[in-house]
Amino acid sequence: MDWITTVDHKKIAVLYLWAGGFFFGIGGLEAILIRIQLIKPMNTFLDAQTFNELITMHGTTMIFLGVMPIIFALMNAVIPLQIGARDVAFPFLNALGFWTFLFGGLLLNLSWIMGGAPDAGWTAYTPLSSADYSATHGVDFYTIGLQIAGLGTLIGGINFLATIITMRAPGMSFMRMPMFAWATFITSAIILFAFPAITVGLVLLTFDRILGANFFDVAGGGNPVLWQHIFWIFGHPEVYILILPAFGIISEVIPTFSRKRLFGYSSMVFATILIAFLGFMVWAHHMFTTGLGPVANALFSVSTMLIAVPTGIKIFNWLFTMWGGQVRFTSANLFAVGFIPTFTMGGVTGVMLASAPADFQFHDTYFVVAHFHYVIVGGLVLGLFSGLHYWWPKMFGRMLSETLGKWTFWTFIIGFHMTFFVQHFLGLMGMQRRVFTYLPNQDFDLLNLISTIGAGLMGVGMIIFLLNVFLTSRKPADAGNDPWEDGRTLEWTIPSPPPEYNFKQTPLVRGLDAFWKEKTAGHKAMTPSEPVGSIHMPSATPLPFVMSVGIFIAGLGFMFSRDEFGSAVMSFLFNNYIVTALGLLITFGSMLLRSLYDDHGWHIEPEELEGS
Amino acid sequence: MTTAHAEAADANLPHEPEKATLEGRNKVLAFWLFLGGEAVLFGTLFATFLALRNQTNEGPSANELFHLPLVAAATFLLLASSLTSVFAIQAMHRNHPAQLRNWLVVTVVLGALFLGLEIYEFSEYVRHEEFGMTTSAFSSAFYTLVGFHGAHVAFGFVWIAVLIGQLSRKGLTVVTAPKIYVSAMYWHFIDVVWVFIFTVVYLLGKVG
Repeated sequence: MDWITTVDHKKIAVLYLWAGGFFFGIGGLEAILIRIQLIKPMNTFLDAQTFNELITMHGTTMIFLGVMPIIFALMNAVIPLQIGARDVAFPFLNALGFWTFLFGGLLLNLSWIMGGAPDAGWTAYTPLSSADYSATHGVDFYTIGLQIAGLGTLIGGINFLATIITMRAPGMSFMRMPMFAWATFITSAIILFAFPAITVGLVLLTFDRILGANFFDVAGGGNPVLWQHIFWIFGHPEVYILILPAFGIISEVIPTFSRKRLFGYSSMVFATILIAFLGFMVWAHHMFTTGLGPVANALFSVSTMLIAVPTGIKIFNWLFTMWGGQVRFTSANLFAVGFIPTFTMGGVTGVMLASAPADFQFHDTYFVVAHFHYVIVGGLVLGLFSGLHYWWPKMFGRMLSETLGKWTFWTFIIGFHMTFFVQHFLGLMGMQRRVFTYLPNQDFDLLNLISTIGAGLMGVGMIIFLLNVFLTSRKPADAGNDPWEDGRTLEWTIPSPPPEYNFKQTPLVRGLDAFWKEKTAGHKAMTPSEPVGSIHMPSATPLPFVMSVGIFIAGLGFMFSRDEFGSAVMSFLFNNYIVTALGLLITFGSMLLRSLYDDHGWHIEPEELEGS
Repeated sequence: MTTAHAEAADANLPHEPEKATLEGRNKVLAFWLFLGGEAVLFGTLFATFLALRNQTNEGPSANELFHLPLVAAATFLLLASSLTSVFAIQAMHRNHPAQLRNWLVVTVVLGALFLGLEIYEFSEYVRHEEFGMTTSAFSSAFYTLVGFHGAHVAFGFVWIAVLIGQLSRKGLTVVTAPKIYVSAMYWHFIDVVWVFIFTVVYLLGKVG
């Protein structure tokens, strides 16, 4: 019950971590099934329909329900601590964001047991995703599930923006903010400007499928290319929503374990901003073969290649940070250092794909699959592993086992390169993506076998990590404030795990890497910026949970509103939008309750604060 | 606070009550951010409409459909409601809760009249012009864009109506002031969107 009503950002972080980890596991199992099907030519392990459902759900689940929530978990766990705040700007909305994400994700995955998962690919290209070509409710689960989950993401993004703008500790100017906080800030801005586009896209597709609208139906005057534009004007910035937080994590971990400040801090900040800006300018590089014409292709080609410049700045800054540093290869740092070459390789193939004429050859082959897995797994997932190993003691008060951490790293990264490195060659040799099998004797057999074995090895790495988490949870929670001993930022100045109110006294920030600056000046703790006083806390409330349940019910009701049911009662309830109305009533009723009863919160008095 | 009490001005209310607390400032800031997202939302809807506005699929075209006097009347009502919401905020800044409430009431009444005209317009199209959601890509884009705006107006209507109730119960305080201020921002925003709809959908439909 405590977990359902909590509005504490640290507990919400844990909820995000478990829920995201759960969906990540589902997405991972889907990947393993895909690779088993492709282990040999003309395999009959899966049929074509199931394969289509698996690749669709693998992509969708991993991006929206797996890695994004884990990113949000780390942001929630760390950002208020890093900027010296007691909480986020809107604790209630923070909880609401989590619950809408969870119920959106559950709705999407219900499709597996309710008559067929979405099968049009994670991009849901029309007309493949139209009611004509995708007749089950699969794509409806996709549009409505993602709509609900996307609501949660947008709420989270606005919350972090407001938190970072208004709640930084005294002395923490923007140019003294840790890089992970910067990455969160910029990522949230991208979320704010990218997610409404997919909101509209999903609404249009829902209307086409359920209300018979004609947005993408050529027979009614619609235009399928419109979907591609709307999808990618969201979808390309989404790539940076995923990777910028990883950049932020790497920029925290590498300086800590090199005992040096981050090289070129301000160039890192501006590179991040520039990447975000350019990220909105390049969506049509996903559409070179759509037929936009040479002028559009040339412009999008050039703007895409420009992104390599700020990204290169970042890569070199990380290398220069390690240069001459006292580098310690903890498992967190192994993942961070492993990130650099793998992500760079993904970037290099990105430049290859950005060349429009070459893209005509690479398009829809395994070369593309290899490229984006190098970016997203070799970049983001390694980054998340690094961040999890780094902040685990802060989140839970327990150090993850270093031995098992190193085993995780080596099995995972070897498995990763085995899986995806060979896929570059499969692609160049002409193996298509999205097809459920291939003919023998095209030189595809051996490389596919290697790829599948690699995927199994990555699975082993994940299991070792889960084992590590399990064993660690049985150890006593005895991690100190600064368990890595070289912590540079504010989260390492308070106990692990932090008390509910985070900072007994808001710290005074006197420079970049605030804690490190105090340490080098010979101080053991931060100088407080206020006397010990009563701390105002928000009250726990079940309303965010109830509101999300309402949206979930409304979504299901709308999705089945045109169906014919065996029982007359069911038909009556669904076909007259009664279920939808009931769900919306629950949600809006909760909003009304929220507005009628002011939440004054409660106070922690100075006598109750630990150690005072 | 009792209702009678709420009518009287609170002498301790700060000059800009919506920005007096951190929570209030956060609300106003986050709402500006939210409106940025809403701008992208409507931008995408406008782009969709512009791409599909001539795809009538042998159904009615914009030129045949629209009656500018009706739309002009709706526009007048909505723009006037934006002005009255400005008066409401000015009354709030002068610390006159009763005036504030009255201007808010005028605002929601004008909003309701606008909605009434829009519902009348849509029902005329559906009943007499055989112009429904499924008629053409143009019709889908029209109903989605204008309907989304209408849904925003309806939401704003309910929202401000609830706030009027809250104002009567709790009076004008540093808790209620940011909510009222933010709802007025929202109301201006949907007004601005309507100006674009009037131009891009109706005027361009008649002459473009």
